[in-house]
Amino acid sequence: MLTSFKRIIKTGWKNFSRNISLSSATIFIMVMVISLATLLFIFNPISKTLISILQEKVDVSIYFKEEVSPEEILEVRSEVSKIPEVEEIGFISREQALEKFIERYKDNPVLIESLTEVGYNPFLASLNIKAHQSSQYEQVVKFLETGPFKDLIDKIDYYQRRPVIEKVFSFTAAVNKTGIFLGVILGVIAVLLAFNTIRIAIHNSGEEISIMRLVGASNWFIRGPFLVQGVVVGLIAALITLLITFGACYGFDSKVRAVAPEIGFFNIFLANFWSLLLIQLATGIGLGTVSSLIAIRKYLKI
Amino acid sequence: MLSIQNISKIYSSKSGEKPTIALDNISFEITKPEFVSVVGKSGAGKTTLLKLILAEESPTQGKILFDGIDVHKIKKSHLSCLRQRIGVVFQDYKLFPFKTIYENVAYVMEVMGAEEKEISRDVLQILELVGLADRVNNFPAELSGGEKQRAAIARALIHRPEVILADEPTGNLDPYNASDIVRLLNKIYEFGTTIVLATHNKEIINSLGKRVITLDEGKVIKDEKRGRFIL
Ligand SMILES: Nc1ncnc2c1ncn2[C@@H]1O[C@H](COP(=O)(O)OP(=O)(O)OP(=O)(O)O)[C@@H](O)[C@H]1O
Ligand SMILES: [Mg+2]
Repeated sequence: MLTSFKRIIKTGWKNFSRNISLSSATIFIMVMVISLATLLFIFNPISKTLISILQEKVDVSIYFKEEVSPEEILEVRSEVSKIPEVEEIGFISREQALEKFIERYKDNPVLIESLTEVGYNPFLASLNIKAHQSSQYEQVVKFLETGPFKDLIDKIDYYQRRPVIEKVFSFTAAVNKTGIFLGVILGVIAVLLAFNTIRIAIHNSGEEISIMRLVGASNWFIRGPFLVQGVVVGLIAALITLLITFGACYGFDSKVRAVAPEIGFFNIFLANFWSLLLIQLATGIGLGTVSSLIAIRKYLKI
Repeated sequence: MLSIQNISKIYSSKSGEKPTIALDNISFEITKPEFVSVVGKSGAGKTTLLKLILAEESPTQGKILFDGIDVHKIKKSHLSCLRQRIGVVFQDYKLFPFKTIYENVAYVMEVMGAEEKEISRDVLQILELVGLADRVNNFPAELSGGEKQRAAIARALIHRPEVILADEPTGNLDPYNASDIVRLLNKIYEFGTTIVLATHNKEIINSLGKRVITLDEGKVIKDEKRGRFIL
């Protein structure tokens, strides 16, 4: 039993190293398949971060007329917070708006000077509203425009942002739909490709397998070495892909950070390292062994 | 130990021509270890008979019992047990093309789960015996026809099977080598192994003086205790 086990591993390794060109071709295809699996896997956290970043940035500001008192605004606030779609409301008084402006432009003497020239606080008090979902802003805005407070409101900063808000919304939906669709199609193609490569490799040994049967080898004694080969190919392919993933995340990291500092490719890689490794190993070894098992079946019929 | 009962084999042709009757209602018994020669013209059905015994093909009719077990009722996944008890010299050798001669012969012992030490001792010994000691690490493609044939013989003998099916094992050998091989088979028979030898080599049959079954167009036309080669 143990002798057979050792023998199977030894033979599998020997077959692997004797057919090094065929083995490398299989590894190459396998690397592509695992890369795709990795891409699909890593795409999810990336798109999620992206979407949540964009959603964070989406909100609606309601500016109140100058003569409206803070008490009245707080009353509006407590009314609006009763709308179930509203997640969060922030109040910015006229003084706070002014302070914010000064804080932001304190290095710009021209702006500060023009502010003193105006002679009074030109900023309006505002409520900053966040909804649970970007599609819900419409309702909130409608309520404010037509409700009992419409006379207090100077302007609603939603129509200016509306295109952005809607884009975010459709982007979120599109990413989910096409991502899954494309992923499934590419995945099927890749798996077929890998399976076919292994099938051709085993076809080369078809004659040998038939002879093995005729001289009395049991099915597992025949399958064993091919399984070992499948495991070795899958393992090497998975490790190569892991290295490629590491390199890609590391390389992209600084470039992406320059545009969108919130998305850390490398952090995503590190945070998902173990599941990534698991997925790559499972894809590689699983595909290698299952394909071998299926491809070998027809030669065991004799 | 080997019982052939009313065996017929008809190969249906794929191109729609009329089917070939390779074996036509054949019966004979081998009860004790015996040296049996099966002779007959080319196409008489010798190879087909051996293929049926090994369960490589299934019969159109009839059955073959090996130690009382119908070999064609054995599940495909259990056939290995039957085949480990039979050593075969295939007419077309069927050596493993991607294994060296040593590995070809050793494989049969590996299948049986023999220890590495035992394997290297026995394999080298038998390759010495068939005169291939200096060909151990060559691949089959690098051997002459006769050398391949001797490698195939070595592989059929190595694990001391109960039955040896030898399909034209001397077809590619010169007369000296051929009589050497037959002498070897005869010695193995004397140690208690059943030998089924398919051949059209007249001298060999006549010099053996053992049981001869003569096939013609798929039928047994003669089965003699001390037969001679007559067609
Ligand atoms: N797979 C097959 N399909 C169709 N016909 C076959 C097949 N195998 C053998 N035959 C036919 O069956 C008949 C018997 O063939 P077999 O190989 O048993 O002859 P043989 O006695 O071994 O001949 P030889 O001495 O030339 O080896 C032949 O007519 C052959 O053409
Ligand atoms: Mg023949």
